[in-house]
Amino acid sequence: MNVEPEPAISVRGLWKVFGPHPERIVGSPEAELSRADLREQTGCTAAVRDVNFDVAPGEVFVVMGLSGSGKSTLVRCLTRLVEPTAGQITFEGEDIVAADQARLRELRRHRFSMVFQHFGLLPHRKVIDNVAYGLEVRGMNKADRHARAHEVVELVGLQGYEQAYPDQLSGGMQQRVGLARALAVDPDLLFFDEPFSALDPLIRRGMQDEVLRLHHEVKKTMIFITHDLSEALKLGDRILIMRDGAAVQLGRPDELVGAPADDYVADFTRDVPKSHVLTLRWIARPPVVGEPLDGPELPATTIIRDAIRDVMHATAPVKVMSNGQLLGLVDHEDVLRVIAGEPQPVSV
Amino acid sequence: MTILTADLVPSSRRFDRRWSIPVVLVAWWLVWRFGFGTHNLPNGGPTFIQDWFLRIRNAADAGRDSSPLFIYFFNPIAKTTGSVISSMMSLTTNLGWTGITGIASAISLWVAGWRHGLLTAVGFISFGVLGLEAESMQTLVQIIVAVFLSLLIGIPLGVWAGVSNGFSRVVTPVLDIMQILPTFAYLPLITLFFLIGPASGTIATMIYAIPPAIRLTAAGIREVSTATVEASESLGATKWQRLTDVQLPMAKRTIVLGVNQTMMAALSMITIAALIAAPGLGASVISALIKLDVGAAFNAGLAIVCMAIVFDRVTTAASVRTERASRAGGAASQRTRLLRYGAGIGLIALGVILPGINRSLATFPDRWVHGTRNPVNSVANWTQLHWYGATSWLTTTVTHWLIDPLQSLLSNTPWPVVVLGLALLAYFVGGLRPAIVTAGCLMGAILMGLWPSSMTTLASVLIGALFTMIIGIGFGVWLGRSRMADQLIRPILDAGQVMPPFVYLVPCLALFGATRFTGIVAALVYASPAVIKIVAEGIRSVPANTTESAISSGSNSWQTIVKVQLPMARGMLLVALNQGIIFVLAMVVVGGLVGAGGLGFDVVNGFAQSVFAGTGLAAGLAIVFLGIMLDRITQSAGRSRRTTD
Repeated sequence: MNVEPEPAISVRGLWKVFGPHPERIVGSPEAELSRADLREQTGCTAAVRDVNFDVAPGEVFVVMGLSGSGKSTLVRCLTRLVEPTAGQITFEGEDIVAADQARLRELRRHRFSMVFQHFGLLPHRKVIDNVAYGLEVRGMNKADRHARAHEVVELVGLQGYEQAYPDQLSGGMQQRVGLARALAVDPDLLFFDEPFSALDPLIRRGMQDEVLRLHHEVKKTMIFITHDLSEALKLGDRILIMRDGAAVQLGRPDELVGAPADDYVADFTRDVPKSHVLTLRWIARPPVVGEPLDGPELPATTIIRDAIRDVMHATAPVKVMSNGQLLGLVDHEDVLRVIAGEPQPVSV
Repeated sequence: MTILTADLVPSSRRFDRRWSIPVVLVAWWLVWRFGFGTHNLPNGGPTFIQDWFLRIRNAADAGRDSSPLFIYFFNPIAKTTGSVISSMMSLTTNLGWTGITGIASAISLWVAGWRHGLLTAVGFISFGVLGLEAESMQTLVQIIVAVFLSLLIGIPLGVWAGVSNGFSRVVTPVLDIMQILPTFAYLPLITLFFLIGPASGTIATMIYAIPPAIRLTAAGIREVSTATVEASESLGATKWQRLTDVQLPMAKRTIVLGVNQTMMAALSMITIAALIAAPGLGASVISALIKLDVGAAFNAGLAIVCMAIVFDRVTTAASVRTERASRAGGAASQRTRLLRYGAGIGLIALGVILPGINRSLATFPDRWVHGTRNPVNSVANWTQLHWYGATSWLTTTVTHWLIDPLQSLLSNTPWPVVVLGLALLAYFVGGLRPAIVTAGCLMGAILMGLWPSSMTTLASVLIGALFTMIIGIGFGVWLGRSRMADQLIRPILDAGQVMPPFVYLVPCLALFGATRFTGIVAALVYASPAVIKIVAEGIRSVPANTTESAISSGSNSWQTIVKVQLPMARGMLLVALNQGIIFVLAMVVVGGLVGAGGLGFDVVNGFAQSVFAGTGLAAGLAIVFLGIMLDRITQSAGRSRRTTD
């Protein structure tokens, strides 16, 4: 195995409790209570409970949960828009929780930026000045920041609208402005707080593709909050599922669908077309005695959907390979069973 | 605290409330019937507070030139304000009516556009036409100074209250109290520190005009969407950058609305401040009211209304414009902007140069003056002559059947029974806290030595509030149910709300003479617009499908109103009652000027005769007590009802 790269951001034991004297909750027996019981007994609400994860550089890390699961609070804790109650957030070896206000501002101005659900644009400023706002608060002069803003406006496909005001744009275009504003400061880490949930489904899909394209082009590390599973599966390299403030499962999309950690996640992922998410690894089976082993080879990371044609055309079962080793076989029957939505034999 | 008091009330409260209030009333009536006139505080109660106030007043008068508090604090304030006002007054004289009209129109043109520039010109010329050029300018100057200073203090405080929860918690209850105080109540206190005159008039006006500036600025800052504030924070903006780049620009519209409210408050207060010798239109109204010269009072009132309309329209338009301009959609082109600026400068130049060419142009030409005094007086005389039967019948009927009995019940029952009775009523309406507040406030009125006056005022307020609610619910339901009625009546209500309260006294005086009833009618006219609007709002906020389901199950209009819409609008009805009763109190005390008696008369008399200065101060405090009592009872009624739902 190759050496794990140092994580872009690392979160350990993160808590956020709202209410009177929240600090007394963490580490006390009450921390074990359910959310409702905790509120009943202490008047406090644990929005984020003991969350741990690392995000690799260049990764798209998705945090998914229903409303009230604490995902938005979690992402706000990472940049301390909301002050965490306990825990460590390490960014390039520096503990963000310990940073003072000046240092925090410095980080926000140069290293982080965020895209918001309701855009948060300044209605009294033109698109170009909205995009340049992050550079303006840094103190960059007007000519420089406009030059940079023009580049970014082009990157998100808003050229021609520089002089428009936010109210004159559609929701999707407003969010492009929000995206451009976040990209303009050339951050190392981009946070997205349900950026597309206020948009129409068609526009939403377009914006998701836009994010994938931008990720491909600028290769930023992204932490993306959503309540939409299909969005999470589409964008996320890895997904963290949250429920009632706690992490339920962390894994690649195929891991969540193929091996849900509990009934909650299973329930969530039940309607996902498995052939669109699972890879051949998940359905490869040991050869049956006498089965022909001269079929075509496919890598284990191939998504089933992409393998359908090959499997159906092959005269013999397809050989699923991983690092040059035979992992197992997949034939017509196996693929059809996935597509028909039959329960899969769990194979981890 | 409300939740606490609600818990203290026994759980069988529904039963209690149904029977307890009639029981208290009947018991009270029996005591009144058989204990008539006993223990009812000879001479109105103890007078030591009034004597004490008088001594303070005299000590203040004596120390005005020696005490450091006066030399280094109050006197400089009064002196600076006074000299600013007098130098601005001489400036207006030098500019002449053309200069003032030119400047005012130009400013309106710049901030609010062509139409409002024209409106301003017409409004300012109307002052001269009414023959009140000088008085109008005096009022104008005092308003400008008061509004300027109010905004200078109010906007920064409002910004502070907008960004700091701690400061907001401190300042909100203070503003609440300031808002329920009838303007009359603190005039005596102002004169204690600043004597009478334009300076103290302006300072009193500021006290009244600052709260809306603070409130609306804070509201504007708080309304800014959290997403935008968070976005700027996430980009590393400092608090100052957040304020100047995000919060202030986005709150601009609401802040300008605050300027509008501040101006309207200042205008209504500066006319009342005429009682403490602030010169201007208010003084004309008062001297006319005292002489029962309806025509002259109407004429001056008309000038006040013209000024109110100009201020209101221009600042409202400016507020809408700020919003549109800042969001650019409707921003004017470069050319029209230049044209506007050019025209404005031209207007000013013309206005200022004209009197320079010919000094006689500085004063408004006499042959253009067409005051309304004489025609109005003949209309008033005709009305009094021909309607005398109807109006005097109305006055005597209401006085005989409502005002007299209630006043007798309040002031001829032994006072401990009145205190107990009102406290019990407050308890059954709202719980323990309002009951304690009620008892405390009534004891306060006794301590002031003004029990009979307080009871006179209270009787008028209760009857005024009753009429106001009847009218308010009647019209409110109509407006709430019919869009056409709303479109027809609402502009009248809007206009009614911008008028300073003094103006209402004039027609009432013409119709009903100098009686208690006049004060009540004026209060009714003054309070109704707000109450009607709130009731209409409540009716309209009943969900359409609830009304529809009532109609589809066969309710007729009356059943729909009584069984569905009014019960569902109960919360708003109680808000309307609260607002109505506070408005009525404010106007009833002003009615003291025209023979309504009570605390208002005591206040006015305190200004007129220095031996009664102590009584005036005490009356001001007694009004405060009544205001707090009525406010707490009606507010708690709204709350406790809601908690039992």
